[in-house]
Amino acid sequence: MSSYNNTARFSEARRVAIFGGTHGNEMSGVTLVNLWTKNGTEIQRKGVEAVPFITNPKAVEKCTRYVDTDLNRAFTPENLSAPGGNDLPYEVLRAQEINRIFGPKGSPEAYDVIFDLHNTTSNMGCTLILESSKDHFNLQMMNYIKKAMAPASCLVLMNEHPLLKYSTSRSVAKHPVGLEVGPQPQGVLRSNIFEAMRVILKHALDFIELFNEGVEFPPCTVEVFRVLEWIDYPRDANGNIIAMVHPNLQDCDWEPLNPGDPMFQTFDGKTIHYQGSGTVYPTFINEAAYYEKQQAFITTRRETLVASAIIKA
Amino acid sequence: MESVSFPPLSRVAVCGGTHGNEMTGVYMVRHLQKEKIDKIGSVSVSTVLTNPRAVEICRRYVETDLNRCFTEALLNSPVTDSSPYELRRAQELNAQIGPKGSKEAMDLIIDIHNTTSNMGLCFIFYSIDWFTLHILKYLQSKMASVEVRAIQLDIPIAEAYSLESVGKHGFAIEAGPQPNGVVRADIHNMVKEAVDHIFSWLQEFNSGNTFEGGEVEAYTLEKSIDYPRNPVTGEITAAIHSQLQDNDFKLLQRGNPIFMSFSGETVKYDGEDLYPFFVNECAYYEKKIAFHLARKIKLTLPPIKVTG
Repeated sequence: MSSYNNTARFSEARRVAIFGGTHGNEMSGVTLVNLWTKNGTEIQRKGVEAVPFITNPKAVEKCTRYVDTDLNRAFTPENLSAPGGNDLPYEVLRAQEINRIFGPKGSPEAYDVIFDLHNTTSNMGCTLILESSKDHFNLQMMNYIKKAMAPASCLVLMNEHPLLKYSTSRSVAKHPVGLEVGPQPQGVLRSNIFEAMRVILKHALDFIELFNEGVEFPPCTVEVFRVLEWIDYPRDANGNIIAMVHPNLQDCDWEPLNPGDPMFQTFDGKTIHYQGSGTVYPTFINEAAYYEKQQAFITTRRETLVASAIIKA
Repeated sequence: MESVSFPPLSRVAVCGGTHGNEMTGVYMVRHLQKEKIDKIGSVSVSTVLTNPRAVEICRRYVETDLNRCFTEALLNSPVTDSSPYELRRAQELNAQIGPKGSKEAMDLIIDIHNTTSNMGLCFIFYSIDWFTLHILKYLQSKMASVEVRAIQLDIPIAEAYSLESVGKHGFAIEAGPQPNGVVRADIHNMVKEAVDHIFSWLQEFNSGNTFEGGEVEAYTLEKSIDYPRNPVTGEITAAIHSQLQDNDFKLLQRGNPIFMSFSGETVKYDGEDLYPFFVNECAYYEKKIAFHLARKIKLTLPPIKVTG
């Protein structure tokens, strides 16, 4: 895969998992996976073993994000090899179990593709999350999905930041794909959001089927939004937030944020402006689960990645 | 209509965090407490974070819904340390800003809530209370760009289960749509503006202003509709239809779509013309409510003024 003109060869993507309930209150994935566990007709494709799987059943049962710790941050090498059995936090045990079933992470036995279904309270629309700019298989899949969804929007968020990247449940697979669809409140199932996620997966599975049949996908370019940094809320000495996302920024995921633009509004009405050095594209604006992670929104920059042609080996 | 007079409203409680993940009230009460606001003109203000343990874990409740604990029966039932937290807390709150039905109770309790439903700004109250309706009429005139609505729960005060029934007068402010755990500036600003106008109204009332009578529309709860469910497992089998989603207070008529099943079938409404609200409220899945239905009524208000 060294030059633009070479076609990259990948082995058949036969083992595919669809994860729902990694966060137990993100209802589209929970509902879709439960549906497909009962009747998997919709996700069947020739040459593909598609496995729907609820990753965090205890959190799903309580309709909460997690029980002890965030499962979608738990797949670190330390956690995956930690001894301690039942003394470990529930989600660390789950991570080890998931790694046994769908991994081991980094090994040839790992699943080919894992789709991890998430919702966000942010106005992100349909977003695909990419973990590596060098995964040409994923880039081609995301290009296929974007074109199939057009004119409806489906954007690609890429988190390759050495410090901000985190160990997701999907990272167990050779090709991890995050699906993030919003806005949807936690614990709520919105029909439009549910159907949008269903359509994304349909296209993704179609792509895999075509790939496995030997279709060659020519080189393409994919616009991505690369994660730059997380911006926290202003807080007081006790750690309580003292301002909210400004009404001008609220719901404006993916729109340019320029230096000097309103960013936060204090509880007594004062505006705090963005002080960055250039225009950024914010996303994950006002995500409910990120208050405790000290993240009001993330900044990204637009980039065009080039994917080489791919074909089944 | 004859004018009605009332004693001044001089003790008001502003409450937030009754549901610990409904963030507008939490932040408003915290801000008022930080600024040490205990008097606004002639009105003394108590600010209460009603369910601090639920606020701390950002959940609706710890053991049981606090906002169902204020019936006379529950407020007078014996409690021990092992009783559910919220039952005990309700009795503490009743002692602090009640007791319900007594002379010592707060003149007015305002309890701030959020909903995931697209309800805008609503005032929820029990009995036909001239204060609440006059305040509503005043807000409607002052907040022209916001639809301010009244929802009446026709339940006798003794059986009234929510916090605001503890005061001599009270109402809940319900603002949405806002997800649990999130504070939206637009929703916060709308509620803050409403609360500021409420205190202006209280000043004017207390200083002798007569508020003219008139007519106010209100919605009164008629019935609730649950999600279609699997008869064996109880799991829901459909989502609110996209044509009903976000259309709170738009008249629902026979034949209109209300649910879309996961297998793609549309379920249609089969009933009399009514107004849906609390459409797809997160907390109501466990209460088996997909949406409420209301009748619209017209209420005639007498002019009111302070006694003396």
